[in-house]
Amino acid sequence: MDYSLKVMDHFSNPRNMGSIENSDGVGEVGNPACGDIMKIYLKVEDNRISDIKFQTFGCGAAIASSSMATEMIKGKTLEEAWKLSNKAVAEALDGLPPIKMHCSMLAEEAIHEAINDYLKKKGLEPWDD
Amino acid sequence: MIIHNCEGESVTIENKVIYMDNSATTPVKREVVEEMIPYMTENFGNPSSIYEIGKISKHAVDKARKKVADALGAEENEIYFTSGGTESDNWAIKGIAFANRNKGKHIITSSIEHHAVLHTCAWLEGQGFEVTYLPVDKYGMVSPEELKKAIRDDTILISIMLANNEIGTIQPVEEIGKIAKENRIYFHTDAVQAIGHVPIDVKKMNIDLLSLSGHKFEGPKGCGSLYIRKGTKIDVLLHGGAQERKRRAGTENVPAIVGLGKAIELATAEIEESNKTLLELRERLIKGLLKIPKAHLNGHPTQRLANNVNVTFEYIEGESLLLLLNAKGIFASTGSACNSSSLEPSHVLTACGVPHEIVHGSLRLSLGKMNSEKDVGRVLEVLPEIVQRLRNMSPLTPKEYRTI
Ligand SMILES: Cc1ncc(COP(=O)(O)O)c(C=O)c1O
Ligand code: FES
Repeated sequence: MDYSLKVMDHFSNPRNMGSIENSDGVGEVGNPACGDIMKIYLKVEDNRISDIKFQTFGCGAAIASSSMATEMIKGKTLEEAWKLSNKAVAEALDGLPPIKMHCSMLAEEAIHEAINDYLKKKGLEPWDD
Repeated sequence: MIIHNCEGESVTIENKVIYMDNSATTPVKREVVEEMIPYMTENFGNPSSIYEIGKISKHAVDKARKKVADALGAEENEIYFTSGGTESDNWAIKGIAFANRNKGKHIITSSIEHHAVLHTCAWLEGQGFEVTYLPVDKYGMVSPEELKKAIRDDTILISIMLANNEIGTIQPVEEIGKIAKENRIYFHTDAVQAIGHVPIDVKKMNIDLLSLSGHKFEGPKGCGSLYIRKGTKIDVLLHGGAQERKRRAGTENVPAIVGLGKAIELATAEIEESNKTLLELRERLIKGLLKIPKAHLNGHPTQRLANNVNVTFEYIEGESLLLLLNAKGIFASTGSACNSSSLEPSHVLTACGVPHEIVHGSLRLSLGKMNSEKDVGRVLEVLPEIVQRLRNMSPLTPKEYRTI
């Protein structure tokens, strides 16, 4: 697999890997293409993501995307985090092989799920994609 | 050690490289290379030419043909050289189908064949043929009883592989050959993975057509053979010149054919000895790997190739497993959907009833001549750590199998 050095770096040393015990929001999504699963845990303070962790059952691109995506939105407001696209994640990783683009979708979707889970727990309306 | 990635950058790999993907391909033996070289340099003549260097090439091809025939218990004029296992499978199946379509349009194969067989059969279905894909049991074994039940009046071909490339299961080919013969149906077997591991006698096993490929037994890539029993009604696949007794056109790949001949001679002479060593390594590897919790063996426990180990580790994905093994200099393979260009999980493991998410965590280690006891030790040393690392990362792993 032709992965960039950035992908290999995030795959080999994933940032923010793990779970958060008393998280404020959790999002779990499955990949319809190959059957993989990603789970995102959020801690939110003053509308900002103060902590974030991920767990991924998937390929190198899926793990690297989770790591990169969590790093990109840590400390950001929920609105900013919502706007993170899978393309931006792929670009930040110096690109993904075309067949692996769907793996970065998993990160975007899991973040959306986690944010909506937080909003619902707060009694707020979930956002639309 | 240092290796280069595809961008040409150097990547450091700890320790020596351990190649455990011999079912994908093998290195060409030094002695084989040496026999090949003169046929690329001074003896480069076309075997169809009548002058001296042409005759030398022709004799070399004939000599290689004899070696292949001897390895299979066949006659020289029953051996045809091809571009590899894929062409041999295509030729056998399409050739029999079209030459015998006035007799019937039904073909029987199994659900765990290589794509060279399965995709050929699927294409024939589009041409009006009907194909039965026999199921296998959890070990990947075809049942002769099921085969008997699938036979129809219009069945013209049975194609069942000798040994499977993913899980190593060895099929009851002699029994299948007997059934085919009793019912007067042609029997083709893909023996690509079996050469050098399973003794073959096409007469005793009632095999009418057999595919093999040089690069799986320390011969060159892009060269294979099809054995066609004398008197078999089969169409030509590649039309053109009069090579291979007018049945397979194209100037012979003389150096590769010479290499294949030498390689099959060496591989079949050493079967017993090499299997003894490989079996020891295989059993040690399997035993060690199954000590990892939630690890399962795929394929048959005993009726399997001496060089094949295939295990699944629950909760993890195979491509990431291969990447981490690669970083340790260990080269292996997986049936995970994420590692295939179609994003489909292994059809072989699926046919054995392994659920999709568990197919994801499959690992094939296929042993070869250059693997040692030390290599097995090293794999057993690094694999548990890697599996644990990925399990810690996976949302599927239950608490009791996590270390963080
Ligand atoms: C069982 C089986 N059949 C056919 C093939 C195709 O052989 P080749 O690579 O020579 O075309 C392979 C090789 O992967 C194989 O393992
Ligand atoms: S997660 Fe399956 S291909 Fe990336």
